[in-house]
Amino acid sequence: MSLKTEEMVLNLGPQHPSTHGVLRLELKLEGELIINVTPHLGYLHRCFEKHAEAMTYPQIIPYTDRMDYLAAMGNEFGYVVAVERLLGIQVPERVEYIRVIMAEFQRIASHLVALGTFGNDIGAMTPFLFCFRDREMILSLFEMVCGARMLYNYMWVGGLSHDLHPDFIRNAKEFIPYFRPKVKELNDLLTGNKIFIERCANVGVLPLETAINYGTSGPVLRGSGLKWDVRKNDPYSIYDRFDFDIPVGEGLVGTVGDCWDRYYVRVLEMEQSLKIIEQAFEALPEGDVTSAIPKRIKPPIGQLYSRVENPRGELGYFIISNGAANPFRVKVKGPSFVNLEVINELCKGHLIADVIAVLGSIDIVLGEVDR
Amino acid sequence: MIYDYLAELTGSGILAAIISSFIPLTFVLLFALFAVWLERKVSAHMQDRLGPMRTGWHGATQTIADILKLLQKEDIVASDTDKKLFNIAPFLVFAGSYAAFAAIPFSSTYIGSNLDLGLLFIIAASSIVVAGILMAGWASNNKYSLLGAMRSAAQIISYEIPTVLVILSIIMITGTLNLATLSEWQTGYFWNWLILGGPGLSVGKFLLIPFMFSSFLIMYTSTLAEVNRTPFDIPEAESELVAGYHTEYSGIKFAMFFLAEYANMYAVSAIVTAIFLGGYQSPIGYLGNLLGISWLVPVEQFFWFAAKGIFFVFVQMWLRWTLPRLRVDQLMAVCWKYLIPIAFVNLIIVGLITLL
Amino acid sequence: MKTEEIFQVLKEKFGDSIIELNTANIEPFILVNPFEIDKISYFLRDTEQFLFDNLMLLSGVDDANGTKANDIITGGTLSVYYHLESTQLNHKVVLRVSTPRENPEVVSVEEVWRSADWHEREAYDMFGIIFLNHPDLRRILMPYDWEFGFPLRKDYKNPEFYQGMKIPY
Repeated sequence: MSLKTEEMVLNLGPQHPSTHGVLRLELKLEGELIINVTPHLGYLHRCFEKHAEAMTYPQIIPYTDRMDYLAAMGNEFGYVVAVERLLGIQVPERVEYIRVIMAEFQRIASHLVALGTFGNDIGAMTPFLFCFRDREMILSLFEMVCGARMLYNYMWVGGLSHDLHPDFIRNAKEFIPYFRPKVKELNDLLTGNKIFIERCANVGVLPLETAINYGTSGPVLRGSGLKWDVRKNDPYSIYDRFDFDIPVGEGLVGTVGDCWDRYYVRVLEMEQSLKIIEQAFEALPEGDVTSAIPKRIKPPIGQLYSRVENPRGELGYFIISNGAANPFRVKVKGPSFVNLEVINELCKGHLIADVIAVLGSIDIVLGEVDR
Repeated sequence: MIYDYLAELTGSGILAAIISSFIPLTFVLLFALFAVWLERKVSAHMQDRLGPMRTGWHGATQTIADILKLLQKEDIVASDTDKKLFNIAPFLVFAGSYAAFAAIPFSSTYIGSNLDLGLLFIIAASSIVVAGILMAGWASNNKYSLLGAMRSAAQIISYEIPTVLVILSIIMITGTLNLATLSEWQTGYFWNWLILGGPGLSVGKFLLIPFMFSSFLIMYTSTLAEVNRTPFDIPEAESELVAGYHTEYSGIKFAMFFLAEYANMYAVSAIVTAIFLGGYQSPIGYLGNLLGISWLVPVEQFFWFAAKGIFFVFVQMWLRWTLPRLRVDQLMAVCWKYLIPIAFVNLIIVGLITLL
Repeated sequence: MKTEEIFQVLKEKFGDSIIELNTANIEPFILVNPFEIDKISYFLRDTEQFLFDNLMLLSGVDDANGTKANDIITGGTLSVYYHLESTQLNHKVVLRVSTPRENPEVVSVEEVWRSADWHEREAYDMFGIIFLNHPDLRRILMPYDWEFGFPLRKDYKNPEFYQGMKIPY
């Protein structure tokens, strides 16, 4: 005679300290084991794609900032690369180098948020504040260059809005040796901690086949073992001139593709970004950053899909132009939107505490999921 | 003893008992004021920030401001709850953690009630907290609170077993459960403390030292789990269950839960120091004895007792802000698969050593 | 492999289902039959020379090529673009299907690439394209009970009230 049990439906509702935004997860539980996870989206839908059809190409840039608000430079980068490819124009060398420097700083800042909030969800509340302390330095660097800490409107089609302030170069060069030992401190405090490893290793294992089939990208895909990075496999801007490594999850503690691997890939990527920034500063040429900005942007008829490597994955812009000053259709592939689909596969058979860990390791931003 | 002194003063035993029971209450309230401030400053400095700085010198009156705020907040009771249980629960939790103070010796002249079964009474009385927590979780009519309350009940009940096993090994060495006698027995300087083997100088004492250290660690860890502090704070895990079993409380009742948590923290630190570190005994001798002022000695003892207790509370806070949280099945595994076998082995070996 | 070569191989295998190859603009695409897209997808994913195992993007587009009268468009087509790539052979291809506006139906490729699940739900939500054989086709970004049409169509108008709340302000 077996025990009659009932399933319970628990709502990790839109307002919750750990869902990184307004996401509603409907969990079907049996005791504490998860049977099914259904995400409900749309709480932050702001109709970016409809707005884009009503504005001219340069006017869309502040809107692209606001999709993934924690990695705004990456969003702008993707958009201006797409429009410049459509127009077929070439930007000055100095602009390219500055864009790469900004994107890599933004990558470090975004990963700091991801790692800090992941630690906070697991229960270690101190690394969160250490990460935010270091992120403050990067945000004040951004403020020096364009006046805004989080949503910049800095990269324009064909160039940049302002040139670098000399204080920026000096402070940025001081930041790099300051930050390297901080990564080591984070590793000592969190990465090697026995309790943290027990919470994350072998939890939410994503096999490589499933990862590719679900279309994941970024640290989620690299954590499962595939060396795939848009900066190396489909280079854009001047990334083919830099020498950097792609960290891949190897299952150092636990299985390949678990939460710890995805977390560790992000820690290693911060170090690689520092390398790229150093090389970019060494080779930074002189020039005028606003010289190539076209007066009127009217791309020829056609469509194009172009992608960049954002901290959360592969951000893609599909732009259809019909020759007018407004785009005909702008479709955005938000990496968090695609990565969030795998959460049902990853959480089956785990406990509620593991759902939080898995969600933190996938690292979503609702602005990008809902656009 | 203060009870006798008060009985003489007022001429009535009951009145003396009532006044005598208010003394730990004032101590607990003052300690809670201090401990909340200490926690905020300790956590702030560990996280490379400053903490409260504006209310008084370095934020010293922040707690009073918070209590005033909580007292004047609206008492929200959700509509579908079991009102009787909902209202009683915080007071039961506070009563449970406060009851333990009755048998703790604050100095050689003051102990709330000189029970011969002191330790057993403490463990039993602090288990009332489980009933209070379950009531809070059930009566809130909230799935999260229910989950938090069940986890908490399972955790507290499981972690009482290693505590009791360690107490059994203490009985074998000292032969008494009365905390006042235990503290008296450890007089002298710090090498007479139980953690270093107890008074006297024998082979047994030196053999006992490693096992006393391990007993101390087991007891400290299990009592950490009893008060629901990180790394065992699943019941109130902020990032998973919002606030666990006290999600739905506001105003005074929430202040009661808060107060009960800090009272509990001090109570378990006090028990650990009373057993292992000599309670109110000073490690370096008494100034009163040196100067010949005999009434200074109990005051000094109280000071040493408070200092040791606060040190262990500080270690608890230190652990909270450094370590991540254990998952609920790992927590149970630590108790049943690691702490209990080690405590058993400890018990057997200590028993063998005392036969020598 | 280039899109022209892929087009040749597909044309030999599927004949009339592959309608045309469009190389007029910066990104060439292959126009295929909306009711055969799943067989073509299986072929593209599984054959040795292609191995397109990653669906990068699936987007709905309102072609706005009908007749416009009184702010309502009739006739014309809605299209779906598929951007595929191969993680092993490192090449890309773009497919396109077009369906009539009045009765837009496309076979779902959710069984071929699981990422199409939510992309197709979004295309349904924004354009009203029905994906046949989709396991759970419902709205994803708009509220589940939004009955005022499909927002990204070119002739969409916002309603006055939704559940008692006034929309334009």
